Amino acid sequence: MSVTSRIRNFSIIAHIDHGKSTLADRLIERTGTVSSREMRAQLLDSMDLERERGITIKAQAVRISYVAADGEAYLLNLIDTPGHVDFSYEVSRSLAACEGAVLLVDAAQGVEAQTLANAFLAVEGGLEIVPVINKVDLPAADPERVAAELAAVLGIDAGEIIRVSAKTGDGVDELLQAIVDRLPAPVGDPDAPPRALVFDSYYDTYRGVVCYVRVDEGRVSTGDRLRFMATGEEADADEVGVLTPKAVPVAALGPGEVGYLISGVKEIDRIRVGDTVTRSDRRATTPLAGYREPKPMVFSGLFPTEGDDFERLREALEKLRLNDSSLVFEPETSRALGFGFRCGFLGLLHMEIVRERLEREYDLDLVTTAPSVAFRVGLPDGTEREVRSPQDLPSDRTEVLEPFVRVMVIAPSEYTGTVMELLQEHRGELGTMQYLTPERVELVYRVPLAEIVFGFFDQLKSRTRGYASLDYEPDGYRISDLVRVDVLLNGQPVDAFSAIVHSDKAYQYGRRLVERLRGVIPRQLFDVPIQAAIGSRIIARETVKAKRKDVLAKCYGGDVTRKRKLLERQKEGKRRMKMVGSVEVPQEAFISVLQVDAD
Amino acid sequence: MPTDPRPDDPALNDEAAGWVGAYVHVPFCRRVCPYCDFTVVSGKDHLMARYVDALVAEIGRCEPFERPLDAIAVGGGTPSRLGPDGLGRVVGALRDRCGLAGDAEVSLEANPEDWSPGDAEALVGAGFTRVSLGVQSFDPAVLADLGRVHTPDQADAAVAAARAVGFRTVSLDLIYGSPADTPESWRGSVRRALASGIEHLSAYALTVERGTALARAVAAGAPAPDEDRQADAYEEAVAAASAAGLIRYETSNFAAPGHACRYNLLTWAQGEYLAFGCAAHGHRAGVRTRAIARLDRYLEAVEAGRSAVRGTERLAPWGRELERLMLGLRRAAGVAAGRAGRALVESEDGARLREAGVLVARGDRLHVAHPLLGDEVARAALALAPREC
Repeated sequence: MSVTSRIRNFSIIAHIDHGKSTLADRLIERTGTVSSREMRAQLLDSMDLERERGITIKAQAVRISYVAADGEAYLLNLIDTPGHVDFSYEVSRSLAACEGAVLLVDAAQGVEAQTLANAFLAVEGGLEIVPVINKVDLPAADPERVAAELAAVLGIDAGEIIRVSAKTGDGVDELLQAIVDRLPAPVGDPDAPPRALVFDSYYDTYRGVVCYVRVDEGRVSTGDRLRFMATGEEADADEVGVLTPKAVPVAALGPGEVGYLISGVKEIDRIRVGDTVTRSDRRATTPLAGYREPKPMVFSGLFPTEGDDFERLREALEKLRLNDSSLVFEPETSRALGFGFRCGFLGLLHMEIVRERLEREYDLDLVTTAPSVAFRVGLPDGTEREVRSPQDLPSDRTEVLEPFVRVMVIAPSEYTGTVMELLQEHRGELGTMQYLTPERVELVYRVPLAEIVFGFFDQLKSRTRGYASLDYEPDGYRISDLVRVDVLLNGQPVDAFSAIVHSDKAYQYGRRLVERLRGVIPRQLFDVPIQAAIGSRIIARETVKAKRKDVLAKCYGGDVTRKRKLLERQKEGKRRMKMVGSVEVPQEAFISVLQVDAD
Repeated sequence: MPTDPRPDDPALNDEAAGWVGAYVHVPFCRRVCPYCDFTVVSGKDHLMARYVDALVAEIGRCEPFERPLDAIAVGGGTPSRLGPDGLGRVVGALRDRCGLAGDAEVSLEANPEDWSPGDAEALVGAGFTRVSLGVQSFDPAVLADLGRVHTPDQADAAVAAARAVGFRTVSLDLIYGSPADTPESWRGSVRRALASGIEHLSAYALTVERGTALARAVAAGAPAPDEDRQADAYEEAVAAASAAGLIRYETSNFAAPGHACRYNLLTWAQGEYLAFGCAAHGHRAGVRTRAIARLDRYLEAVEAGRSAVRGTERLAPWGRELERLMLGLRRAAGVAAGRAGRALVESEDGARLREAGVLVARGDRLHVAHPLLGDEVARAALALAPREC
């Protein structure tokens, strides 16, 4: 059993691509936690998708042994955090398990909005910050400028900043020593009734729910009868252990320790991340402070291309939710698409990841409908209702309230005008503007959430050559002038194409949508009119002209087998089409709706 | 005297299922056309004598049908490059080994630039009754675009020579929808072809086939054939042919009464045919065969006394039934519905196609009323769930 004074629990806060995973790899490698044979790049990003996209989605933890300058062996628990704006709630849950954070900033890119947002989260949470500038080996590195930025925005002494190259390993020893020296050791009474924070969980097919916990006080031992304080769920601790990063069972976890616990609970719903674990026979009285609850921001319908796959989709969603409590879903029926689910996501990236995992890991062909934010709608009787789907927008509404967010953008100051223009196009209202340094500006706006979640990030990146960064947080609701734009295919409304948009943008949105649909809907046996409408008023129209030629010119004795095989291949292509009424619609048509921007 | 049957006569089309034939592949070409995806070679003319020997050897070893051949087709490539002597030997060998019905059709493909009146006469003497001339267009710009080496005047002369020496049927091939082809040039080509007095016309849409020079050009940004322009060209050809008394009897084929291509009728009716030569496809006893494609390997195999067959396919009963429907629907005569046809009519796709007027059921026969949309029907048939046959 370790002594708490030699434990340090920390996270690394960093913007995407600032090198967090590489630094984590280096720390693990430097301390011999994983033999070099087992070492693979970006060790913590275990999910295939994470590796491919180079982002971190799920928080994970690893225990690092490090012999410090004083000759003592320390246990450093590195709790990984995601770097994308969609997943900020995961950051807060990780931080809740730490005493300190390494704030990692790219020596060329400088401070980014999210880094700052997460750094403030850490400071608010009472965490000690170790500022680090990474990639100092790069030719474009400007550590002096970045140090000045960090000093300015965080009010720290530039001399505290450690300069490293996670790639070459330079400065990593100094960083490890700083983690030992500067971060406080956890404190906790080992003899108190146990309290351990569940900061993550996942579902293992063989072992059931595995919880990642950080013990605050007392001890959690194998064989204990445990109680989850919020849910009241009780279970036996079948196994407790630490992650090196391999799971290594231990007899008990004491104060300050981070590890896993397997309790034989098979249903993930019965364990809430953020809950406090105590002992059934020696209960703590007050739970630990939790963390920011995940709140779905974007809703979209997911429908199987093959109607028969509905049950498989349900099972797949349930399995995904085992490891992703931020995913919510409920059954939805579409006239055009049949039975599916309305799902709530943290953002568009989260939506894309879920969709990709469903298609890749569960072999489902899916149609995704236009995403929507959740509106609040006032009804004549004075009550209010939440609307997550354009279909549910009541016609007798008295008003529609739209969710707003407080958006923070950090950009090089030469892009100030560009960024302000972009935010105004998206119905933004300027809050504050602050120069972090003469070269970098921070802009805070109040913007409708719907304007931010769909493609805004890409526009911001492209207009600022990738130099601007973004973070946002919910900022209440406001009455807006919103209408529903419907699409009719061959005269029939297709609910999956409907969207709620601001009335100023509705005409342009409708135009672009029908133009795009005309481009992706293949020619059919008859003319297919595509119309956009607000209520009964048609605002845009295009026509996919009837197909005129679809036949092989030649088919003789020598061609019979070959031609049949060609037709069979074409037939497989058609199978991926969705019949909407009498019109064959390819899946890209539904995806194209996601890409329509009224600007 | 009985009148000649119309080429779209259902009885004639169905009767062809009982015919037997032989296909002979000749891969030699003066040059390879950029759009061609058949097995062809250029610059290998020194192998032609060996090739004729190999064909004769293969024919000598084949198992004849129980009835004499109703049709022989010599295709390619450019069969006319073998010359009347070589072709005469091949036809003679077939006649000796398999027998020829009294009214048998013996057909070859030829290019206008390889066609002299003397050769034409010798071929009729050797027993050929039908020639299909690869004219493709009467517009020099289109011919250049298609990589063809003959001139419009050579094409006219070739037709005239073929008619003069007494071929029973003279056919022309035309290609529409190449980038240089305009509505005017196409109309001109169709009219000049029909004015030459031919009894048979094949009009093909230029198609970008995988692996061809054309496919590479299109991939590199050259214009691809345009669907609407090809549809216009097709309609033009149908109207002009009909006005000239040539009746459409298959997607791309038109003939005067009594001049339907018998070999083609038998292949569309799932009749049986032997195959000789490299890359030649045969069909017998429910098995489709394919010969070695490479010329040198084909020669080596046949010269060593080995079979040239390199691939076979035996379709399950339902697959054969679908194939019957798929092939039969290309014909203007349509096809007896049978199990597959009835399943198609009852299917959702079938209802959609009937509603659109593409698929038409008349009595127990099914027809494709819009031949340009025929593959819609074929794919719908292939998508049917298999049934007991």
